[in-house]
Amino acid sequence: MIPEIGHYALILALCVAVVQGTVPIYGAAVRNSALMSIAKPAARGQFLLVLLAFCCLGYAFAAKDFSVLYVAATSNSQLPLHYRIAAIWGAHEGSLLLWVFILTVWMVAVSFFSTHLPEAMRARILGVMGLVSMGFLLFMLTVSNPFERLIPAAFDGRDLNPLLQDPGMVIHPPMLYMGYVGFSVAFAFAIAALLGGNLDAAWARWSRPWTTVAWCFLTVGVAMGSGWAYYELGWGGWWFWDPVENASFMPWLAGTALIHSLAVTDKRGSFKAWSVLLAILAFSLSLLGTFLVRSGVLTSVHAFATDPKRGLFILVFLAVVIGGSLMLYAWRAPRVGLGGGFSIISREGMLLGNNVLLVAALGSVLLGTLYPLFLDALDLGKISVGPPYFDTVFVPLMTPAIFLMGLGPLAQWKQASLPELAMRLRWAFGVSVVTALVLPIVMGQWTPLISLGLLLAIWILTTIAVDLRERLALAGGGGSLFGRLAAMPRAYWGMVLAHCGLALFIVGVTMVKGFEAEQDVRMNVGQTATLGGYTFRFDGTQPYKGPNYIAARATIHVSQDGREVTVMYPEKRRYTVQNQTMTEAAISPGFLRDLYVSLGEPLEDGAWSVRLYHKPFIDWIWGGCLVMATGGVLAISDRRYRLAWRRKEVEVPAGTQMARQIVS
Amino acid sequence: MKPRHKRFIFIGLGLLALAGASMLILNAFQKNLVFFYTPTAVANGEVPKGHGFRIGGMVEDGSLKREGDGLTVHFVMTDMAKRVPVTFKGILPDLFKEGKGAVAQGQLGADGIFLASEVLAKHDENYMPPEAADALAKAKAAGAQTSSTLVVNPR
Repeated sequence: MIPEIGHYALILALCVAVVQGTVPIYGAAVRNSALMSIAKPAARGQFLLVLLAFCCLGYAFAAKDFSVLYVAATSNSQLPLHYRIAAIWGAHEGSLLLWVFILTVWMVAVSFFSTHLPEAMRARILGVMGLVSMGFLLFMLTVSNPFERLIPAAFDGRDLNPLLQDPGMVIHPPMLYMGYVGFSVAFAFAIAALLGGNLDAAWARWSRPWTTVAWCFLTVGVAMGSGWAYYELGWGGWWFWDPVENASFMPWLAGTALIHSLAVTDKRGSFKAWSVLLAILAFSLSLLGTFLVRSGVLTSVHAFATDPKRGLFILVFLAVVIGGSLMLYAWRAPRVGLGGGFSIISREGMLLGNNVLLVAALGSVLLGTLYPLFLDALDLGKISVGPPYFDTVFVPLMTPAIFLMGLGPLAQWKQASLPELAMRLRWAFGVSVVTALVLPIVMGQWTPLISLGLLLAIWILTTIAVDLRERLALAGGGGSLFGRLAAMPRAYWGMVLAHCGLALFIVGVTMVKGFEAEQDVRMNVGQTATLGGYTFRFDGTQPYKGPNYIAARATIHVSQDGREVTVMYPEKRRYTVQNQTMTEAAISPGFLRDLYVSLGEPLEDGAWSVRLYHKPFIDWIWGGCLVMATGGVLAISDRRYRLAWRRKEVEVPAGTQMARQIVS
Repeated sequence: MKPRHKRFIFIGLGLLALAGASMLILNAFQKNLVFFYTPTAVANGEVPKGHGFRIGGMVEDGSLKREGDGLTVHFVMTDMAKRVPVTFKGILPDLFKEGKGAVAQGQLGADGIFLASEVLAKHDENYMPPEAADALAKAKAAGAQTSSTLVVNPR
C-alpha cells in the first residue's frame, strides 16, 4: 500500500509540475499577476508530494519490502539500516527520485528567497524549474519507476553493491546532486532572463549566490567521490579520470568558469551573453553527468539496447533541454548588448583568459570521455583514453590559468598596466621561483613537474599576500590591524580562501605525484618491509565476521626508528549475498603523510601479498577542496546578499559601492 | 586603437588560444589512445608492435601460475578460439578469477608473451567487462561460421 501511495504522489507531482511549468510562464508573458502567482504554491506543493514519495520509498527500504522490485534489487535483509536508507540512491531509479527531490528542495528555497525579485522573473524561474522537474518525473513514471512491484515478492534482496556500503557513499550522492541540481537554478535564472529579455547586471547579482552555493556542494561532492575511491577501491589512487569521475568534474569546471564570469557581469556588465551560455552549459553537463553514470551506458553502450525506451527518452530529453535552451539563446542573446568595454590587459581580460582556459579544459575532458563511447556505439572499434591523456592536457592548460589567477585580483578593472603589475608582483614572483627551485632539492628529489606544482601553489599564496598588504594599506591608518582585516567584505575573504584552497590542493597533488612510494610485497607472518622510512611488520590474519560479510583481517604493526607508530588492520572481505570479494584498505592518516595498506591475495602458510603505500600530503588534496568550498560559503554570507534578501530593492550607498568596485 | 581594431585583436588572440589548445589536446589524444584487441587478433598478428594496447577475454581455467615471489603471475587469456599467454607482476584485482572475463593492458613481447602492466576488473561478478564479452562474442560468431561448414551430420 505504501509504495502505491508513493507512486500516486509522483503522479500528482507530475500534474503540479505541468501546471508550474506552463501557467506562470504564460502569465509572465501576458503580464497576468494571478497566473504568475501560481508558481510559488505550485513549487511548494510539488516539494511536499515528492517528499512524500521519497519517504514512501525510504519506508519500503526500512521495512524490507522486497515486493518492490527496486528494493529487492538493491538491498538485503542483513543490510544495516543506514545502508538500506542509502540504498535509496544506490541505483538508477532511486537516484532519479533523489534528483527530483533535491530539485524540489531548490525550488522551495527559490520560492522563499526570491521576495526581492520582480514577480515576472520569479514566475519564469520557477516555471523553468517546473519544466525540468516535469521531464524527470515523466521519465521516472514511464520507464524507470522506483515503485514497480515484484510479484511474487522476492524472499530476500540481491543486496547493495558492497563497494557502496560505506559511510562516504551514504552522503556523496546527495552532495553531488545538490551541486548538479543547484546549477538548475542558475540555468533557470538564465532562461528566465532570456525569456524576459532583461539580461542585466541585476540578473547576475541575483544568480551569483545560487551558483556559488551549488558550486560549493559540487566541490564537496566531487572531493568526497575522490576520497571514496581512495580508501574504498584499495588501489591508493585518488583520481582515475574514469568516465564516472569526469562526469562530475565537467559541471564543476563549467561552474567555476560561470562563477568568475558572473562576477564580471555583476561588476562591469560585460560577459552577459557568455555567462548565460555558461549557465546553460553547466546545467547541461549536470544532466549529462546524471544520465551517463546512472543509465549504464558507461559499462556498456549497449545497455541502451536492453532498454531502448529509456535510452531514447534520455536522448530526447537532453536534446530538448540543451537544444531548446541554445535555440532560445541564439534567438535572444544578440539583443543583450556588450556592456562596458575593456582592454586586453585588465581584470576582465584576465578573467576572460581564465574562462577560455577552463572551457578548453572542459572540452578536453568531454572529448576524452565521450569519444570512446561514440566509437563503440557506431561499432568502429573499442578504444580507451587513459590518465596519461588527461594529465598531458591538463597541466599545460591549467598552468596559465593559475598564473592569471594570481594576477587577476591585483589588476584593475577596465585597464591595467603590465609594467605596473610586474613592479607590484616582483617580490611574489621572485619568492615563488626561488622556493619552487630550492624546496624540492632540500626534500631530496627534483623534477620539473614538482617545481612547477610548487611554483603555482606558492605563486597563488604570495600574490594573495601582496594583495592583502596593498588593501590593508589602502584601508588607511585608522583602526587596529584586526579591525581593518575584519572590515574587508566577506566576499573578498571568500575569494582569498577559495584560492588558498586551490593552492593547498596543488601542493597535495604535487607532493603525492612527486614523492609517493609504493611496494607490492609477499609477506610471511612476522616478516617486515620498509617503505618511506616506516617499517611494516605483518602479524598474520584472523577471521572476522561482519553483519553481512566475512573477512580475513590482518594485523600490521608500523614503526619508525624503532618506535611503534600505529597498528593497521586491512581486511579482505567476502560479502556473502553476492559472493563478492572486496579489499578494505587500512589507512593511517596524518597531516604530512598517509600510510596505506591493502591485502592482495592469500599465499601458502598464512603469507599474503600485501600492497604498501606511503603518500605524502595526500590529505591536502581533499583539505584543499574543503577550504575552497568554505571560501564559497563565506562569499555568499557577504553583507550585500543578506541585504538583498532583506530588502526589495538593492540600495547600496554610493560610498560602499565605490569601495566594492575594487573587490571582486 | 579603435574599438574595431581592439575587437580584431581579441578575436585573433582567442582563435590563437583555441588553435593552441586544440593542437595540444588532439596531439595528446592521438598519443594516448589505447586500442583494444581480441586474442584472435593478437594471434593473427594484427596488433601494433612496440605500442601498448588492451587485450580482453576469458582467463583460461587452470592456467594461473604464481612464481615463488608471490607477485609474478602467468595466465592465459582466451576467446575460446585463440590463446595468448600473459605475464603480470603485481597484485591482481579482487574480481580476477580463472574462467572469468578480464582485460589486460600492456605490450606484446617478441616471444609472443603479453607483458601486462595493468589488469583491469571494473565490473562485478554478474557481468563481464564489456571488452571481454565483446571478444568472446566475436570469436564465437567467427567460430560458428567456420564450424558450420565443418559440421558432420551424425546420420
